[in-house]
Amino acid sequence: MDVIQWQRQHRDHQASMFREGFLDDQFIQLQKLQDETSPDFVIEVITMFFADSENLINNMKQALEQTPVDFRQVDAHVHQYKGSSASVGAARVKNVCVTFRNFCDAQNLEGCARCLQQLQHEYSLLKSNLQHLFGLQQQIQAAGGSIPTIE
Amino acid sequence: MEAKNKKLLVSQDLATHLTALVVDDNMISRKIHEKLLKNAGIRNQGVGNGKEAVDIHFYGQSFDLILMDMDMPIMNGIQATKKLRSMGICSMIVGVSSRSMESEIQQFMEAGLDDYQLKPLTKTKLSSILDKINSNLTYKSKSNHVI
Repeated sequence: MDVIQWQRQHRDHQASMFREGFLDDQFIQLQKLQDETSPDFVIEVITMFFADSENLINNMKQALEQTPVDFRQVDAHVHQYKGSSASVGAARVKNVCVTFRNFCDAQNLEGCARCLQQLQHEYSLLKSNLQHLFGLQQQIQAAGGSIPTIE
Repeated sequence: MEAKNKKLLVSQDLATHLTALVVDDNMISRKIHEKLLKNAGIRNQGVGNGKEAVDIHFYGQSFDLILMDMDMPIMNGIQATKKLRSMGICSMIVGVSSRSMESEIQQFMEAGLDDYQLKPLTKTKLSSILDKINSNLTYKSKSNHVI
């Protein structure tokens, strides 16, 4: 495959991530921050996000397994995750966090458990989509091309 | 258009003379905000909670701008802002948080903030902060001139 085809795949895949609501404008803001002094800025931030996600989801899971459940503790983790996901433009993850916080407020264990499941699902989808996007980026760079950006 | 461009040039020129402190326990937010400030030409550093922000000032450092998160361990943004103001710190302190309820923002503002911006901070939001700093400097300059 030549560089133009890789670039087309990259453009199409990124566009579909926006169309399907995985990403929002904040991801474009991240891309705009990347420059020659920080050429891997986006990948660095997203890698931090992946680690943060796994840590926070695990914390939420453990907090929901306690008896009795400390909903304020669960909410604290969800609030953190809402902040992280908003910072990187992970729109669907952020939206689940919003719903999750409402169930924490209502001390609704069943609702919280459902949200945790949904969060795990959305994070998993986002991660695999972003890893595919970064894989295409590597192919483009290896072929000597430039990464297409969405304006 | 010319006036707008002139204002932008003034803001950019101003930015290169400013220093900033990012106070946030979330490493991702801190990294993004530090990069935003760096790209604007503002020398900056970050700390992980309100106590570290207070300590850095206690040991003699000062900053033109402080970006203060609300929810942090050890000392939160409200406590840190109150403490900094009681120490006589006159820096522009801007609350940057994902809290959106009016009562929460009000409480934060009453602690001594000059401004509040909803996370995530963007280039546009940072420009409006720099405009405020620029206005404050212009006002002070005119006041000194009158005296």
